[in-house]
Amino acid sequence: MATSVARETLVEIYRKMFEIRSFEEKVFELYAQNLVPGTIHLYAGEEAVAVGVCTNLRKDDCITSTHRGHGHCIAKGAEPKRVMAEILGKRTGYCKGKGGSMHIADFSVGMLGATAVVGAGIPIAMGAGLSIKLRGTDQVTACFFGDGASNQGTFHEAINMAAIWKLPVIFVCENNLYAMGTRQSIVMLKENIADRAVAYGIPGVAVDGNDVLAVYEAAHKAVERARKGEGPTLIECKTYRHKGHSRIDPAKYRPKEEVEEWLRKDPIKRLREKLLQKNVLAKAEIQRIEKEILDEIEEAVEFAMKSSYPAPEEALEDVYASLEG
Amino acid sequence: MRKITYTEALREALQEEMRRDPSVFLLGEDIGRYWEGAFKVTKGLAEEFGDERVRDTPISESAIIGAAVGAAITGMRPVAEIMFGDLTALAMDQIANQAAKISYMFGGQVKVPLVIRTPFGAGVNIAAHHSQSLEAWFMHVPGLHVAAPSTPYDAKGLLKTAIRGNNPVFFCEHKLLYPIEGEVPREEYAIPLGVADVKREGSDVTIVATLYMVHKALEAAEQLEAEGISVEVVDPRTLMPLDKKTIIDSVQKTGRLVVVSEDCKTAGVSAEIAAVVAEEALDYLDAPIKRVAEPDTPIPFSPPLEQHVIPNEKTIIKAVKEIV
Repeated sequence: MATSVARETLVEIYRKMFEIRSFEEKVFELYAQNLVPGTIHLYAGEEAVAVGVCTNLRKDDCITSTHRGHGHCIAKGAEPKRVMAEILGKRTGYCKGKGGSMHIADFSVGMLGATAVVGAGIPIAMGAGLSIKLRGTDQVTACFFGDGASNQGTFHEAINMAAIWKLPVIFVCENNLYAMGTRQSIVMLKENIADRAVAYGIPGVAVDGNDVLAVYEAAHKAVERARKGEGPTLIECKTYRHKGHSRIDPAKYRPKEEVEEWLRKDPIKRLREKLLQKNVLAKAEIQRIEKEILDEIEEAVEFAMKSSYPAPEEALEDVYASLEG
Repeated sequence: MRKITYTEALREALQEEMRRDPSVFLLGEDIGRYWEGAFKVTKGLAEEFGDERVRDTPISESAIIGAAVGAAITGMRPVAEIMFGDLTALAMDQIANQAAKISYMFGGQVKVPLVIRTPFGAGVNIAAHHSQSLEAWFMHVPGLHVAAPSTPYDAKGLLKTAIRGNNPVFFCEHKLLYPIEGEVPREEYAIPLGVADVKREGSDVTIVATLYMVHKALEAAEQLEAEGISVEVVDPRTLMPLDKKTIIDSVQKTGRLVVVSEDCKTAGVSAEIAAVVAEEALDYLDAPIKRVAEPDTPIPFSPPLEQHVIPNEKTIIKAVKEIV
């Protein structure tokens, strides 16, 4: 499969995935030092989904994201330093410290924002698709959400609307098997969430969400279909979060063997092996890329740490947009 | 000046703004060419603007508002209709957590220019799920503006402002207002948010009333005039922002305040207005503030039951006489 994807694309995919992983590891480290206010939901382990999808998108395409959204931001092209600053509540963050880890947006790269209400981003992504159709452009919107969100009414309402109106939306379900601590099998009878696409008359495909090239291929087809005006696709990516749901969660509800099995299927490790095996990158080149990224993340942390907090009275700004804006 | 109905005034506002700005579009249940709106506000609009811009939706309130939000943050100006105000409960997350907060929680990166139109109000015997007045829910959500016009003139002028604005506007209508006629000029005009209107001048007591209750207050004022009591009727027209100054100025003049609102009394529109005056203008008051509102019940079906809980000119007159 790697042969059908251009070398520079493969390198870019690896770079992004490693960037997200390094970023999340750093966030975890800062959290352990009690430097991150509030909570965090780490994307580590699921990088193949965001990167596999976003590599198919243009800058003017849109995405919506979730409470576990750092990876989506970086995959879509947001600057890690400003994401980090937002997570630390600094004024230089994308949202001037008003959003935090669960509410990051970067409209300059089509990242329409993360919502912390499970499933709430799905109709918003559909609306962005409707906007594209009404404006008559060939943009697309990708909508990230989890297995838990697929049991919200918004999932059904929004996919149905996107289907009947043939909207250019790619619904990407990141199935990490657990909605907080509740295993998928407890809350749905079917194994594949992608099967639900049948009910709306659109294509649904389940892929190995830890195989970035499988995600890339599925997203590629879905994006092509959407750009041609043929309507939405539901892609289910089977994946796994390396850490618990949020900062306080040791994830004891997950069997040890299951965790170990998924750690063996780490998407970054798998891609690295593939790149070496197919001679896309030599070991030294990989090391150089990784070093570059680690330096960049260190700079991001430094930027965020050195940035100042917003002035308290800034809490009263931005409630309403100005009429002129 | 020509007279048109509240329904026609709303329709003209939609029509003129859609002609003026191609990014304005409508979506909602049964608003298109087959039904043309449960209250016919969108009559003829699908014919003029097509099914794409006057878009019938599935019965999916949450996705209707979500679609409007997604479109609004990507360059469109959607006007969503929720067929009955009661059904906004189904879309509450999209209204209160998404539409209202997106601009703020993303640090002002984006504006959310959308309008949600919906009719509130009791009085037509359709019981608990189609009769409520829930304006106060939306006043309680920072990030939303709340409009509540009582006349065709105000309806048209405020809807045009709402559509042209850069913030989500929750636009309250009232079932019993739709057939009401009033003067509306043919010429272009718009009414800014946050500007109340004195519907009748008087000197003995101020009645602040909203939506259909403005008309009930005016009827009461007429009857009280015959008894020698001069009533000033103030219509806030928008509940968020609330024109505190006009209300307080009136209270300063009359020294007495009755607040009339069709919603439930507890934590309702009347509670907020009474609190504003108590907090900021207590010295102007010569008597306690009176509130006339729905007595904290669901809206019942049977006509005598329903009439018992809706404020009317008699209950308003009674309240006025208690403090004059």
